[in-house]
Order: sequence, then C-alpha cells, then structure tokens
Amino acid sequence: MTVTEDYIDASGGDWDEVIERAQATSAERLVVNMGPQHPSTHGVLRLILTLDGETCTEARVGIGYLHTGIEKNMEYRTWTQGTTFVTRMDYLTPLFNETAYCLAVERLLDVSDRIPERANVIRVLVMELNRMASHFVAMATFGMELGATTVMTNGFREREMILDILELITGLRMNHAYVRPGGVAQDLPPGVVGKIRELLKEMPKRIATMRKLLDENPVYLARTRDVAYLNLPGCMALGVTGPLLRASGLAWDLRKAKPYCGYEDYEFDIPVSDGGDVYARYRVRMAEMTESLKIVEQCLDKLRPGPVMIEDAKIGWPAKLALGPDGMGNSPDHIAHIMSGSMEALIHHFKLVTEGFRVPAGQAYAAVESAKGELGCHAVSDGGTRPYRVHFRDPSFTHLQAVAAMCEGGTVADVIAAVASIDPVMGGVDR
Amino acid sequence: MSTENEANHNGDGAEAPENLPDRRGSERLAAPVVRTGMFGTTTTGDTSGYGGLRVRGSAPAASSRPFTDPEDPRTADFDRVADDLEAALGEGAGAVERIVVDRGEITFHVRRDALVEVARALRDDPALRYELCTGVSGVHFPDDTDRELHAVYHFRSITHNSQIRVETTCPDADPHVPSIVSVYPTNDWHERETWDFFGIVFDGHPGLTRIQMPDDWHGHPQRKDYPLGGIPVEYRGATVPPPDERRSYK
Repeated sequence: MTVTEDYIDASGGDWDEVIERAQATSAERLVVNMGPQHPSTHGVLRLILTLDGETCTEARVGIGYLHTGIEKNMEYRTWTQGTTFVTRMDYLTPLFNETAYCLAVERLLDVSDRIPERANVIRVLVMELNRMASHFVAMATFGMELGATTVMTNGFREREMILDILELITGLRMNHAYVRPGGVAQDLPPGVVGKIRELLKEMPKRIATMRKLLDENPVYLARTRDVAYLNLPGCMALGVTGPLLRASGLAWDLRKAKPYCGYEDYEFDIPVSDGGDVYARYRVRMAEMTESLKIVEQCLDKLRPGPVMIEDAKIGWPAKLALGPDGMGNSPDHIAHIMSGSMEALIHHFKLVTEGFRVPAGQAYAAVESAKGELGCHAVSDGGTRPYRVHFRDPSFTHLQAVAAMCEGGTVADVIAAVASIDPVMGGVDR
Repeated sequence: MSTENEANHNGDGAEAPENLPDRRGSERLAAPVVRTGMFGTTTTGDTSGYGGLRVRGSAPAASSRPFTDPEDPRTADFDRVADDLEAALGEGAGAVERIVVDRGEITFHVRRDALVEVARALRDDPALRYELCTGVSGVHFPDDTDRELHAVYHFRSITHNSQIRVETTCPDADPHVPSIVSVYPTNDWHERETWDFFGIVFDGHPGLTRIQMPDDWHGHPQRKDYPLGGIPVEYRGATVPPPDERRSYK
C-alpha cells in the first residue's frame, strides 16, 4: 500500500488497514485493484481504478494473467494441429477462431476456391450457432454482474441448447477443433438437421423471453442507458469493431463487406443502433441472434450431399471418422484399407498425419466477423510443415483499450456495466 | 571414438580431475555438434517421395505493375491504391521500397523512418481513408541479415472497403521502429505486445511496457532464438522430451 499526499494505492492487503491509513491522511483519491480474481470481471481481468468518492477518475486495465503462449506453441506443431490450439483462445467463440485460422492457411495454400460447398455451409452453420451461444453468455454474465441472476440462469440454459447441437456435430461442447484447413473434420451426423429445426422453433421463444425480461426493465434501463458511451469516431480511433461498433451507428460487418465462406449467398440484416451506450450494445446483440437464426435456417436449406474436405489428397486427411464401440475413431474401412490393402495408402496416411503438409512460403491475413468483432489471423509460412508465425488480432484485446474512454468520469458501478458490454474473454485477450 | 579423447585419458585413473563431472560436462558442451535430432537426418528423412516431390519457390520478393490482375477480383483496387498512396506521399514516395502482390493481398514494404508519414497518409488522404488499423504483428527472421525483425501492419478502409498490408523492418542490433499510436491510437496495446514478444522498441509510444509477460521477464519469447521451453514428461519410466527437442520434420 502506497500513501501519498494525493492518493492511496490499495493494491491488496487488509481493508481495515487501508481505511485507517486513508483516515490518517488528507488524501481523497483511492486506487483500487479490481481483479484479477473478481467474479464480475470476465475471468482474470485486472482493472486499476482511481476513485474519487464513487467517481472513477482513471481506469487502467492490466492483462496477461491468462497468457498461455498459444502463438509460440503453434510454431512447433503442424498446420493442422494449430486448429487445436486456436480453438482454446477465445473459448466462447472457438469456431470463429478455427475458421479465421483455416481461412488464412487456405489462402497461403491458395486453395480458397476449392473448399467444398458443403464444408462452407457447415462452417457458416456452426459459426452462427456459435455466435448465438457467445451472445447468450454475454447477456447472461451481463445480467449476473448487474445482479439479475434470472438472466444469468436463462442465458446459460439457452446456450446449453446450442452447445448440445455443437456437441452432436463436433463431439465437444467447447474447444471443438472441428474446422480444419481444407474443410471440416467430419460430416454432420445423422439426425442433426432435425435437432436444429427443433432449435429454430424453440429459440425465438427463448429470445423473446429474454427480451421481455430486459428490454423495458426499468432497473436494467437505469443501469445501461447512457452508460459507457462511445461514439463512432471513438470506436474508429480505438479500433473497435463488432457489436460495439454497430451499436455506435455504423453498419459494418465483414460478412457483408468482405464475405467469406459464401456469406454473400445468405440473406440477413445487420442490426444497428445509434445509442452508443450499454443498452444499444445489448439491443444489437439480441437482434443479431435473430439474424443468426435466419442464417442457420438458410444453411439447412443449402445443405447438399457432398464432400466436407478438400479433394486434394496432399492436404485433406485420408481418414474418415466413424463411431465405434469404443468411441469416435478412424473408420474400420479405412483401417482395413491401410493395414491390409495398400502399403502406399498407409505411407500416405502416416506421412500426412505425422509430418503434415507443406505450405508455400509467404504471408496471409484472413479475418472473420466473430461474435465480438473482427478476428484476424496473420499467418506466415517459410515453406515448411509448421507455421513460421501465427498472430491473432483478437477483438477482445483491442476492445479492452476502450475501457478508459468508457469509464472515466462515471461511477464505479458503471465500470461493471461497461466491461460487461465489451464482453471480453481473457482466453482470447491473452492467448 | 576420437583419438583426442583417448589421448586425454591416456594414463589417467578414474578419479583423475579430467573425469570429474563438471569437467566432463564442459568438455561435452565444447565439442562441435556433428548431428542434431534423434535420428540424425539432415533432410526430411523422407524415403516415400511424398514430401520432396514438389519444390516450391519462395514468396515473391517484389512485384511490378500492373498490380491488378483482371483474372483475380481480390486484386481489383491494387493499382488504384498504389497510385493514390504514391500521390499522397508526394515527395516522400521513396518511402515505399517495394510492393508485393501475393495470393490476392498487397504488401507495401516501407522504410521504417517513413512509417508514421505513410500511416498518416493512409488515414487522412481522402482517396485512401484507411480508418482502421488492425494492429501490428511482429515476425522474426534471424537469417534476414540487417532486417531480422519485421513489423507487419494491416489497414482496413471502411470507406473504400479495401485492405492492405504495410511491412517495415529493423535490424536486431538496432530494434527501433517509430510508433504509430499518435495516428492510430488502437495500436497502443498491439505495439506493447510486439515489444513484449519480439523486443521491437516503438519510439514515441506513450508507455512501452510489457503487456502479457510479467514486468520482470527476461527476453522476448516469440523470437526464434528464444526456446519454447517445457520440461521432459515422464510416464511409466519412459521420458518424452519437451516439444522443441523431439524429432521433427523441418
């Protein structure tokens, strides 16, 4: 604890002691560490707030508590294995991470045009499901942080419906590693279309319920209206994208502006609000979920039988996955083929799985509109079987810089609302 | 074994100072490396012909006009952007050393002392209007003498729906690149991250401190000369070395 004429830096320690020291001096400002373990800071986020009474005069953000060296680790694995790392960055938007990475790798390989149609439809399908799941968590944690636990339980309940479908498709609720360079890991399992149709029927009711809880709720309005205001020039200067930018009045969405995975073939609107405050961000996210439902429905109509992995034996893994008595694994047909049918097939399988494919030297940048904003992947290859350098431009990382602009001059309670409206996920921020 | 070793041991008993562990250890470390990797392959060790059949060239060093390829819609505005940037820079057009068009993306290689000027032109010139900078990414090429550290910027224009890359380099011996935070405030944290991981000093940054690694960390972890680290994992008596020491394909 540091005590000066001007301020008291309460970086941990005994609060009784802090109060005693505060009373002993004439200092009126208090520097408070909120986090990194505070339950309302979206994981291990540390906010360093200078308080003058209830007013937050300075807000600084400390990050790095969840740095796991994903970008460095990827340099020691094959290009395909990279998917398993990136899915763990922003763990609420794993499928966006994977798709951004795979789009960059495919651009490096120059095979973007050869990705099968069905793989692209499946990618869009899982990304839009993922967008809804992420927005539900954003709303749920938001509600919890403002004290509305019903919103929290409802949000997580709704998200679980989506995760059930993602689990059916990919085998896992989170960290799917489902989107792979060249396509997706496996085709949709039987029965999933019916499940998604059920979801499409049920989900509008659930969204309506949540809107009934919050849209006109006087307490919610009081906590969110005109709070953490950030206008359009502010967003541009700070590099803010995604729902935050659209809540400041600019209809900018990479799905429309720079379509990827065939987004140009889908009909959907970009919800915009010019409120620029926490409430506008909430409204934009809710409206985006409805749009996502529309896209998911169109995906189901677009699904045509066909391959889900690129028809290039040098890139796409030869193995077809199948469900056996001991779980998911290589299909018995494939095992029979490589073990007793074709020596060349065995060698090919072995080389492709252990060594991986070579990616021509060069660099590429691919960006997707993740649930949180522009998620960019800068991939550099030296011509080898492993990435030379992969860098992710994570939207949460960029958006957290806006905390000072949003919070300074407001009350300390509004800091919570501001951070919640940014919806940062520290796994993505720190990588 | 080498005759030198035998010469050293000639006539010495087991307890001779030459055989003490620290002495032996330093001798082993001083011996020249004759092979690396667990199986001693210097090529891929590939006998199937799978990996070596196709030799690909490296990325193009520089492209020449026209940058727009009528066959490739991704390159549609490249000639216009190159012209507009040249016009916006005016006298300082020499700032752009070369332009590379590769895989539907355009890269302007810029001299580092002109970076801020280029960034300002990209943001302010009405014909360019790159409102959004999506950060800086460092890349370390230890073999690229005097240009070891690369700083790669991506700019996005919302007005013209265009996307470009600007790349600048600095030598390891003088790792300084001017900061563009004064032009694009969003680069504040991105430059801190690149300093943290690559050791590139962004001159003029308002507070260039580490952002992901602890404040008292030594070294810059994503440089190629920084080992991945990790510890051997033991399982039922067998030991798996850390990832960067395992047998691997280059």
